[in-house]
Amino acid sequence: MKIHDNNRTIAIWSIVGFAAFGILPWYALPDGLSGLQGLSELFAGRDSASGLAQLLLHRRPWLALGVWPLLAALPVLWMAPGRAQGRLLAWCGALGVAGLLAQGFAVGLPGPGALSGFLDPSGTGQPGFGWGAMLVLCALLMQTAFGLARAGAFRGDLFVAAAVVGAASLLITFVAFPVFRSLAGAFLDEAGQPSAAAWIARIASERIWGLGCVHSTQSCGVAWNTLALAILTGLTTTVLGTLLALVENRSDSRIRHALRFLAPLPIITPPFVVGLGLILLFGRAGLVNQLIEWAFGIAPTRWFYGWFGVWLAQLFAFTPIAFLIVRGVIQGVSPSLEEASQTLRAGAWRTFAHVTFPLMLPGLTNAFLVGFIESIADFGNPIIVGGQFSVLSTEIFFAIVGAQFDQGRAAALALILTVFALGIFALQRAILGRKNFTTVSGKGDAGLSMRLPDGLRRGAMCVVVPWLAFTLVVYVFAFCGGFVQTWGRDYSPTLAHFRTAFSVAVDAGGVQWLGAAWASLFTTMKLAALAAPLTPALAC
Amino acid sequence: MKKRNAVASLALALTAYFPAAHAQGTGQLNVVCSVQDEWCSLMSTTFARSAGIKVNVLKRGSGEALAQLLTERSNPKTDVWFGGTGDPHLQAAEQDLTLSYKSPSLPQLHPWAQAQAEQSQWRTVGVYSGPLGFAFNTELLAKKKLPAPKCWKDLLAPALRGEIQVANPASSGTAYTMIATLVQLMGEDQAFAYMKGLHQNVSQYARSGTGPIKAASRGETTVSISFVHDAPSEQMQGFPIETATPCEGTGAEIGSMSIIKGARNLENAKKFYEWALTPAAQQLAAAAHQYQLPANKSAALDSHIPDFRKIKLIAYDYAKYGRSAERKRLIERWEREVNSLPR
Repeated sequence: MKIHDNNRTIAIWSIVGFAAFGILPWYALPDGLSGLQGLSELFAGRDSASGLAQLLLHRRPWLALGVWPLLAALPVLWMAPGRAQGRLLAWCGALGVAGLLAQGFAVGLPGPGALSGFLDPSGTGQPGFGWGAMLVLCALLMQTAFGLARAGAFRGDLFVAAAVVGAASLLITFVAFPVFRSLAGAFLDEAGQPSAAAWIARIASERIWGLGCVHSTQSCGVAWNTLALAILTGLTTTVLGTLLALVENRSDSRIRHALRFLAPLPIITPPFVVGLGLILLFGRAGLVNQLIEWAFGIAPTRWFYGWFGVWLAQLFAFTPIAFLIVRGVIQGVSPSLEEASQTLRAGAWRTFAHVTFPLMLPGLTNAFLVGFIESIADFGNPIIVGGQFSVLSTEIFFAIVGAQFDQGRAAALALILTVFALGIFALQRAILGRKNFTTVSGKGDAGLSMRLPDGLRRGAMCVVVPWLAFTLVVYVFAFCGGFVQTWGRDYSPTLAHFRTAFSVAVDAGGVQWLGAAWASLFTTMKLAALAAPLTPALAC
Repeated sequence: MKKRNAVASLALALTAYFPAAHAQGTGQLNVVCSVQDEWCSLMSTTFARSAGIKVNVLKRGSGEALAQLLTERSNPKTDVWFGGTGDPHLQAAEQDLTLSYKSPSLPQLHPWAQAQAEQSQWRTVGVYSGPLGFAFNTELLAKKKLPAPKCWKDLLAPALRGEIQVANPASSGTAYTMIATLVQLMGEDQAFAYMKGLHQNVSQYARSGTGPIKAASRGETTVSISFVHDAPSEQMQGFPIETATPCEGTGAEIGSMSIIKGARNLENAKKFYEWALTPAAQQLAAAAHQYQLPANKSAALDSHIPDFRKIKLIAYDYAKYGRSAERKRLIERWEREVNSLPR
């Protein structure tokens, strides 16, 4: 009995599924696959055995729930491609996925539970999914996808079906499900039952929506704080990013070269580092305050902490993103349209105001959107330099952490945050959606883009040059910090910190990575090397 | 050109796997560590070397560690929770997150450490103790011509407006110890009236318990309410910081250790637990410049460790104030009555 030619892909995935079930460890191993001490562990080890061994030897019969569809789907290999085959395959795959996930959720650590009592009466329990379980799950998902394709969806294309089902399941697992689970907590009361009263009590709180700061010295509600800060950050990062992009693209200044290197630099800096660096400069014991005290005799205060410090830190951290977005937009503005305007005797200012700027506008609104979203999601900067200025992200943190562990409150605040983010998206679409800002380009579109009008160029340089100098100063300080004994106290140069972090010893056993920072460095590189190819592949 | 790039990127990806070739010992251990960085590293590297077990350390404040344990309770990734003030450990025990384990070394410990274990049905044990107090920047005080604070009531002085930092009780065990101490010292209503007055002088409620003392050392604030044993490591770096314990009386924390229920590496966790209670391991704290009082009676006492006989300690009721409901009630009351006030 020969397997039908067109079923080769399906056959391969069936083999993968069976192999994963029979050979690979079903559960997650703490050391990974390299921790296996030998083939016997695949059968004997209680937690490291393969799925087949778990089912037969280790009294975990509920695993059959996820695996019988693999067997049930075998007959499709001998069927001709068609609707019947597709339907059988799709049903088997879907039931398999459902069964596998159900038994994963139902049976966990040994303990009481309604469903686990039914599935696992002896109380054996099970750890989390490992290589075996994941590959079987993938095989079942692929079967569902192939089944749908054969039944008529996706015009019968197996690859497209697999890609769509794969991407959708990744999104559901890592985005939709966790977000839904955490936000749903907003509607549950203390006992875990849905309750409208609990929801209303959490949302309608003075702490969130109070307007005290408008008419008194009391602080405003966190929602207003977050909104005001986000709008301010969005606007200022967009303006600054636009000026940087205009100088970089449309001027002949020599500063362009430094700009190309310095402007995107804050993107690679971790958020806490930006906040701490700014405290070293502007904090009460910071250099700027010490300078002011030495020059003018004014006692240093904590003027930097609060909304101003958070805004400055966010401006520093998020301008590069706006810069990159607007730079892309400016490069996309067709020079021939500007040339046409100038041949019709419009001056530099008129051309900029009526041709260039309107073409840039959608990009600017995108940059504002990104700045807004980054600001409301920012946690590192408000927690370090915020002082008593609270925003939604810090409130959520304090609700979850510590004795309170008030998941309901944290979920309610997170829901408000989500509504803000979605609201701004909707607003942007409403404003831009109806107009169409395409630059029609094609043959004959080469040309030199117009230089900036004089006034605009001078204004932009007045802003850009100090900003780049400021960026350079912060990074020089951050870099020098590693070479002094104790920043803020003892500025004697030393290499001791590098020795603590990166010391290496070569002895009989090989290279010994003694320093404290080697482990973090290797983990960072490993994670980056793994994520770098996967991210664009998934985005495709 | 393309081949060279491919080879280069492959080589880069492979370098990330180099350290995987480490000594194959007898398994692993996952520790959540809520004490100072240096002490955590010293404990984990010393234990790893002596027992031949690979130790994975996660450094978390005690409040954050508790939140993590609560959320991963159905699939715990941690084996041992070492350090951090006692109240979160007692909460974890109440929530059935930790394993009941009666160590044979218990009789070697001070009575307060044994009481901590007994009170939680052996789910946790005391490993160190340290008194709460004030830390102040001597240079800033001299510049402002202010006297050093010696009593709780000194902190209410209007001259100290905006000059005090303490941690946020929601996330920090240190700050909760302060609330519980004041409640036991003055009575609940008086204590909250005091904290409302203190709120006027507080510039910021920091995220972690050690944040305020670091800020005071670096001159970002003048006075911080912290554990006094956090000061010597700052003093050794050359910062002008001094400490005092309040004249009316103060409380002390009992740093604790627990084994997590459902730990994957239970045997290794028990080995670590036993080792951490030995005098040698207890003395590692002093080696890391942390001067809490060790729980083991036979551990040698470093000269920097404050003499508990000279400090006025209240009779802190760990049983009552370690209970989850009481903790939640007090922190909620603080949120409602103190934190929402304007400054």
